[in-house]
Amino acid sequence: MWRVGTVVALQDETATARTITLEVSDWPGHVAGQHVDVRLTASDGYSAVRSYSIASAPNAEKRVELTVERLPNGEVSPYLTQEIAVSDCLELRGPIGGWFVWRAQQTEPIQLVAGGSGIVPLVAMIRSRTSTGSTAPFRLLYSVREPQAVFYREELQALSDHDRSMNLTYAYTRVAPKDWPRPPSRIDAALIANTTWPSKLVPTCYVCGPTSFVESASRLLTSSGNDPEKIRTERFGPTGERQ
Amino acid sequence: MNPNIDDYLDGNAAAGELSNIFAMDVTAAEGQCAHCGAIKRFAEAHVYMQGPGLVARCSVCQHALLRFVSARQRAFLDLRGMTCLILDTSQLQEC
Repeated sequence: MWRVGTVVALQDETATARTITLEVSDWPGHVAGQHVDVRLTASDGYSAVRSYSIASAPNAEKRVELTVERLPNGEVSPYLTQEIAVSDCLELRGPIGGWFVWRAQQTEPIQLVAGGSGIVPLVAMIRSRTSTGSTAPFRLLYSVREPQAVFYREELQALSDHDRSMNLTYAYTRVAPKDWPRPPSRIDAALIANTTWPSKLVPTCYVCGPTSFVESASRLLTSSGNDPEKIRTERFGPTGERQ
Repeated sequence: MNPNIDDYLDGNAAAGELSNIFAMDVTAAEGQCAHCGAIKRFAEAHVYMQGPGLVARCSVCQHALLRFVSARQRAFLDLRGMTCLILDTSQLQEC
């Protein structure tokens, strides 16, 4: 079933990513971690559907925020990040998914692992934790190309500065800030061992990013003693698009 | 078909399309592979969407679990790769 959302706000997150806030009058509510399908239809009837994670926490305002990264040869993302304007309408299907979700009833330690724009459903979990007053201990390991590519930087920093049970680690893969202790590189066994929850605490892990990132991060989590049953994954395509 | 490591997505990506067919969320459903017997969440299946339809494969043995094609007002759903699909009805209210 397709719903219609109206764009009520637009905000750039980075040079290539933008958050679109939609008001959806018949929105049934969502759970942190879910996604929507967005359908664009051209005047000749050609249509394209793409999946985007919901960035906003569940709320009573029937608002849904999507953060979309522009892909060089994308069919849909250039429109969503450059052309769409406030008061435009978008067709949405969802909310979708009941597995890659975090619910406020969960009190166990939570390990979030993001690769690039894989941060989007994970920030919804962080925001949901805040808005529900949950005290579940969260750790986020955020692998990102360079400092300029970080989404939600100030919000994440403020949360981790003010809340001891919200811990944040960046892993830069191409360019790191000056004097950063770790040279730019992909996440590895040492980083997992030093920055993620010890497996004996039995955290639930959520890993989201491109397919190759998710494969390697979940392998590293398993090797460090985490039960594969406690690792939930969501994969983007190699280009960042899911279909 | 010879699946390539980077070509696939997962069951989450197929869920929107399958929501046309299933009244309940399929990502949290557990499916048993008819080939190797593994029982896994549908979210964990490897999903290939580049073709005219979608194919979900077992994440353990790569056997095809589900094929789905939608064309000319008809939907074709082939589930013979799964001996059972166990849906969680407790989330009916929520999702």
